[in-house]
Amino acid sequence: MKKIILISILYLFSISNLFALIKIDITRGNLDPLPIAVSPLHVEKASESIKDLKIKDLGTQISKIIENNFRSTGLFNPLKKEAFVQKPDIAHLKPRFEDWKLIKAQALVTGKLSVKNNKLKVEFRLWDLTASKEMVALAFTTTPSNWRRVAHIISDKIYERLTGESGYFDTRIIYVAESGPKDQRIKKLAIMDQDGARTKYLTLGNELVLTPRFNPSNQMVTYLSYFRNLPRVYLLDIETGKQEVVGNFPGMTFAPRFSPDGKKIIMSFAKDGNSDIFTMDLESRVVERITEHSSIDTSPSYSPDGKYICFNSDRSGLQQIYVMKSDGSNVKRITFGKGIYGTPVWSPRGDLIAFTKVRNGKFYIGVMRTDGSGERLLTENFYQEAPSWSPNGRVLVFYRETKSGAKGKGFTAKLWSIDITGYNERKISTETDASDPSWSSLLSK
Amino acid sequence: MKFIKNLRNLFLILFATLALSACSTAKKSQTSGDVYTGTDTVEYLASGVKDRVFFATNKSSLTSASRETLRKQATYLRKNKKLNVTIEGHADERGTREFNLALGERRANAVKDYLMTYGISGKRMSVISYGKERPVNTESTPLAWSQNRRSVTVKVK
Repeated sequence: MKKIILISILYLFSISNLFALIKIDITRGNLDPLPIAVSPLHVEKASESIKDLKIKDLGTQISKIIENNFRSTGLFNPLKKEAFVQKPDIAHLKPRFEDWKLIKAQALVTGKLSVKNNKLKVEFRLWDLTASKEMVALAFTTTPSNWRRVAHIISDKIYERLTGESGYFDTRIIYVAESGPKDQRIKKLAIMDQDGARTKYLTLGNELVLTPRFNPSNQMVTYLSYFRNLPRVYLLDIETGKQEVVGNFPGMTFAPRFSPDGKKIIMSFAKDGNSDIFTMDLESRVVERITEHSSIDTSPSYSPDGKYICFNSDRSGLQQIYVMKSDGSNVKRITFGKGIYGTPVWSPRGDLIAFTKVRNGKFYIGVMRTDGSGERLLTENFYQEAPSWSPNGRVLVFYRETKSGAKGKGFTAKLWSIDITGYNERKISTETDASDPSWSSLLSK
Repeated sequence: MKFIKNLRNLFLILFATLALSACSTAKKSQTSGDVYTGTDTVEYLASGVKDRVFFATNKSSLTSASRETLRKQATYLRKNKKLNVTIEGHADERGTREFNLALGERRANAVKDYLMTYGISGKRMSVISYGKERPVNTESTPLAWSQNRRSVTVKVK
């Protein structure tokens, strides 16, 4: 049974003012976040009641999710609701701009919702308070259980309108949920909304699992499992739970990722002490060798157009990052700085490669251009790695182990995010310890 | 005579001092280069046959001490012809996860290759890399990392 999530979007009005006065410059950090007022959505009285859902509170809940999303970007400053002077229903109809300007808001979000015939209808408007004009007005109809996604989609629409770039709130993160002592760590695949809500565990923890990654349509995951103590790359269908081993390799396969078209899996295959990079076509099952070198070649990641692959190799002696054409030709080393480099990941925008760098006992998450120039280290810590890009290429999620106690015996592993400007580092709340995050693409495109 | 006695005493004192200092250095430093040389985490396949060898950071080459351990393992395996083993390769936590998986595999194979040169059939040995997933010492210290950079020969039951 495949659950089909349908959200219909209705454009209430054409976007009238393409040259609005407020616009957020996101090339800088969060130096001057935009003050925004998110009015609780008005809940229409005639709404039906729904099992396990307090419709009365839904307007406030949705506005809270929108606020949290905005706050997490570091680009917005959601204002305190106590200062709001207009009732949600009246504000949605026609805000008194002077009143909202008085509390120093520059943008205002209003909305209303209703439930009829087991359908949730949500309407919102974004107002430019500087120009005293409406910027966006949209309505969504969906099943009531989808209310969180509606909140994220509204957040995306507003983010897009105000920054000029696509959003990343209606997304999920797949990761490895960790528990237990370090020498017998239990690891499970887990999936959650980008804001940490709705966590679901996909494996039971009977075998070690590592490095899950989404396919472009977010329905499949490829990962490493030690099922029956044979470390192999697997494929998992998130909806059906069906799992299968990828290919028939006589040895360990690891470090998998999908090609940008979703048709192939690229991974390392280790045999007789040597790891090389291979692809397997998921339909024809044809296996292709991409690298052939006596050194370790691993952590491959495609450019978004599928023409290039960046990867990690110690062919020069120590771990460095290399780029080659997707057929394995034209291998070029791109990192020459001091220290070792690993986990290269190509940005979905194509312009940058994110990586982990280890130098003088410290781990750094950084970005550089695809020829290795313009290296910028975003964050330094004792141990952190495995960056993954937000679908708009603005934010990286990674994981960090924070040590505690005598000789660092105690530790917690958590997911963190950071803007590619190096600002706005944040811990992402997860139910358990967490590692190896992978960010999905936008669920509704 | 007295001179000789004095000389002997001097030698005794010298010897005692040397022995003491040797003793104290052995306790302080359990690594050579950054390869672990102690026995704190070591288990034994049989009397005198250590189950593991240790590696330098990012390396998979065998030290002379490691080769001696492996020759003893080979002798033991030749005597116990029905015994099969799994060779586990491990890395410390100071590297990236995926690279460490490859490194563990390379270390385990270095051991396997060496045992094969001493006549042990490859069919009796399987190899598995755990990367940094199964440390033997969970501390975050250079000593712990040196104990975790290892290859362990495990009997298959």
